[in-house]
Amino acid sequence: MAKKTPEINASSTADIAFLLLAFFLATTTMNVDSGLYRRLPPYQPENTEAPKYAKRNILQVLVNRNNQLAINGELADVSTLKDRTIEFVLNPNNSEDLPQKEVKMIDLLGPVEVSKGIVSLQSDKGTSYEMYIAVQDQLTAAYNELRNRKANEKFGKNFDDLTEEQMEAIRKAVPMSVSEAEPKNIGGKK
Amino acid sequence: MAKFKKDGKRETPAISTASLPDIVFMLLFFFMVSTTMREVALMVANAMPQASETVKLEKKSLVSNIYVGKPNPQYQGAYGTEPRIQLNDRFATLEELSAFVASERESRKEEDRNSITNNLKVDRNVTMGIVTDIKQELRKANSLRVNYGSTKKPH
Repeated sequence: MAKKTPEINASSTADIAFLLLAFFLATTTMNVDSGLYRRLPPYQPENTEAPKYAKRNILQVLVNRNNQLAINGELADVSTLKDRTIEFVLNPNNSEDLPQKEVKMIDLLGPVEVSKGIVSLQSDKGTSYEMYIAVQDQLTAAYNELRNRKANEKFGKNFDDLTEEQMEAIRKAVPMSVSEAEPKNIGGKK
Repeated sequence: MAKFKKDGKRETPAISTASLPDIVFMLLFFFMVSTTMREVALMVANAMPQASETVKLEKKSLVSNIYVGKPNPQYQGAYGTEPRIQLNDRFATLEELSAFVASERESRKEEDRNSITNNLKVDRNVTMGIVTDIKQELRKANSLRVNYGSTKKPH
């Protein structure tokens, strides 16, 4: 009779398979979409008149086809936009040129001064999307910081750590009022 | 070595675990095969811009993707090099966008229809003209939730 080869111990292959399984479970991250969330205004028929606002309540942000940025008519760098927006919304010295504030009653917060300021963003058809996102990013950063400050002042916590109701209250106290003007075609380039 | 020798004649034989890896592998393959990530094949260039204040999109089932960018080289013969819109697996024109929004709405449950977010995955080299046109179309179609797709900027 031929000599029998001893059976190989297979009990550890299970461990190897489990190890593989665990490795793939841990490493496969499904790529989650991220971005800047916005709500578009409802569609307005062409001939409706735009509502009028006092000049001091508007921060005019223009981006032209050469990707240059102008804040209230003056050329500026994108990196300054965040601070300009924060200053604009807060109006710390109650200056005559910066937006008015309105005292509103908000649940959980009581009477709060809410800025009437609106950021008016106008881009050209020739503006690059990258520049547009950079501007939107700066504006978002400004409002996020304002909300964070408000949250710290009222609740002593960062905005992200608040409960849903508290977040809603802060959102009302610091509304993100970025208005995008109806598109214009200044540069003539598509 | 006789010292260690047991006179175990009555010992129950160990249960063979040789089939365990087969079971685990079967599980592994089952999950690998059944989890299909429904992702369309990209036909346009899609290098998204970077931003630092991005938020993650929750609820993937409520997201409908709109890709915009320069067609990939193999489509440039037929579609040119100007930025185009890609919906699902084909190129689309602006006029088709409202039909797309309607069909996306149709395919969701009734209670979810108003919470669809349009994920604009736009290439960073695209100019705003086409993006503004898309936004106008979305406004006309009354689908107002928009996400400007961008990747997180490393600090």
